[in-house]
Amino acid sequence: MSAPALGPVRTPSSSDRADTSSAAGASSRRAARRARTTPARFDTALGWNDRPGVSWALRIVLCALALGVFAVPFLTILSGALSTHPSGSSLTFLPHDSTLLNFRVAGERGIWDYFTNSLVIAGGGLLLQLVVCVLAAYALARHRFRGQALIMTLFMLTMMLPEEVIAIPLSLVLGHVPVVGIDLKGTVWGVILPLGAWGFSVMLLTEFMKDIPNEIEEAARLDGVGELRMLCQVILPLCKPALGVAGVLGFIMIWDQYLLPLIAAKDPTDYTVTVALSILRTDPEVGSGVVLAGAVVALVPSLVVYLLLQRSLVTGIAAGATKG
Amino acid sequence: MTATTATTATTATTATTLVPRRRRGPGRKAVLPWLFLAPGLLLALVFKFLPMGKGIWLSFFDVRPFLGDKWVGLDNYTRVLTDHRFQDAVGHTLLLGIGQSLGAIVVGFFLALLLEGQARSLKIIRTAVFLPVVTATAVVGELWRLMYYPTSDGLVNSALGLLGLGPTPFLDNPDTALWATMVMGVWIAAPYNMVIILAGLAGVDRTLYEAAAMDGVSLWQRLRYVTLPAIRPAIGIVLTLAAIRGLRVFTEVYVLTGGGPAGSTEVWMTRAYTLGFTRNDIGGASAASVVLLAVTLLLTVSVNHFRKRGDVR
Repeated sequence: MSAPALGPVRTPSSSDRADTSSAAGASSRRAARRARTTPARFDTALGWNDRPGVSWALRIVLCALALGVFAVPFLTILSGALSTHPSGSSLTFLPHDSTLLNFRVAGERGIWDYFTNSLVIAGGGLLLQLVVCVLAAYALARHRFRGQALIMTLFMLTMMLPEEVIAIPLSLVLGHVPVVGIDLKGTVWGVILPLGAWGFSVMLLTEFMKDIPNEIEEAARLDGVGELRMLCQVILPLCKPALGVAGVLGFIMIWDQYLLPLIAAKDPTDYTVTVALSILRTDPEVGSGVVLAGAVVALVPSLVVYLLLQRSLVTGIAAGATKG
Repeated sequence: MTATTATTATTATTATTLVPRRRRGPGRKAVLPWLFLAPGLLLALVFKFLPMGKGIWLSFFDVRPFLGDKWVGLDNYTRVLTDHRFQDAVGHTLLLGIGQSLGAIVVGFFLALLLEGQARSLKIIRTAVFLPVVTATAVVGELWRLMYYPTSDGLVNSALGLLGLGPTPFLDNPDTALWATMVMGVWIAAPYNMVIILAGLAGVDRTLYEAAAMDGVSLWQRLRYVTLPAIRPAIGIVLTLAAIRGLRVFTEVYVLTGGGPAGSTEVWMTRAYTLGFTRNDIGGASAASVVLLAVTLLLTVSVNHFRKRGDVR
């Protein structure tokens, strides 16, 4: 809050100094050099300064506050999961007496089975999603056909039909898929198949594939490359950045699913690890330490994916914001 | 159709003149894109559009599992829209959606201003601050349930204790539960907004800052007249996306409070879920979903309309 108060004090004084140095007849080269060595003042909207000073100290304090609010709770998950009796005040940064007992109890409650469910669903779902979306994007970006705009609109509509809004009829469809008449409830397919067509990935990949120069495709066609080889060996290798974005965002989206695994399950053993946390919580025999151990198990995969591929994620979010 | 076959025929002939080996009938060429589209369209049809149609269809029926469905016309809609618990849920949904969106924008904006820059340490802080976005909502819900622990040794309550405030049973008190849910929503969405606003800030012309400094304007004026106009598009996008997402909020509320206590955090979707899956009133729940779908579509279409007009201007 006091950051704006610093501005009026700093800004005129430093600009004065720049003015006097040039007005005093100092060579313009020296002024230019100074401007080059201290461009930091104009790098950020607030004009943060890198050198020690009031503004610098204030920024450190505020950064610490931001970390405390947004990142420290994650340390409390870990410390709570490693503590013997983590209720209330023991939710601190470091566990008082570290133990893996909570993980063992969580294991007895089947957390690893839920985790396996999650991994199968995330792996299978992501694979299916990428294949389906790449195929659709290839047709939309590199071919011209009748009804193209309509198809694109249909894929965009899938983004506006989230599981929440169609949950009840979707659960009926999952129980009895029309025409083939299979019951998908209680199988991983019940979660994987509805995730297959994701409008966001189709759009992202289509936009990216459109930018690939036609000359590359024509050259490959001259060599007699067929459609599938064209996609797999010519187009896809050029799409690696977009595939990374679609992969990371897709994984996080699938791991975040809650309602879909809930309605696709026949009984609680079909739950994913995120949904199963509610079972742990309502179990009167386990403490919050065990719930937190489950939370750690549910947290780690998305954390790993994020840390490995965070650049793609951030570019994807920026792209999604401007396009979607 | 004749036009398509004609064009494909010409492309096919040019292809054959270039590569005699790949001589193919025009029919195959026209079918090809559809082969690639088929899996996606099929999945979208079966698991998105069919349920949507079925939901609209069922909303006109009294669904009775073994007795056969009975046509009731708009009864489900009038019943849902006049139900006072649904009316409360609408109020909660709007309050939660608006409060969460605005709060997340403001916090995200300040985070972006604070963490803007190229330094390595800033990048690490940004990575850490972004964690709430990538964490599954259910995990976040469990985490906040423990942080809101009602006794004085809960994390939030012990922080309040340092300020000399007594312990508050955030989630168990009908007066505070909705606000507590909103705070969690802001916590999840603010870092997401931060990234988008940071992208907007990166596009601000640096020479404008320099010029503003030459003119001796205050920092506040610089923010007001240089930074804000430059990132207004980013803020507009963030706000509308958040509003649309806010309408169909489910997991956050369901995990954190389950709609309680005493229905004080019941939102549109949790109400529809309870109606459909616990009370087995599938017709009523479908009607509620259709209303929500209509509002979402309306909002999305009008947002796109205004954004396109804005782009042209």
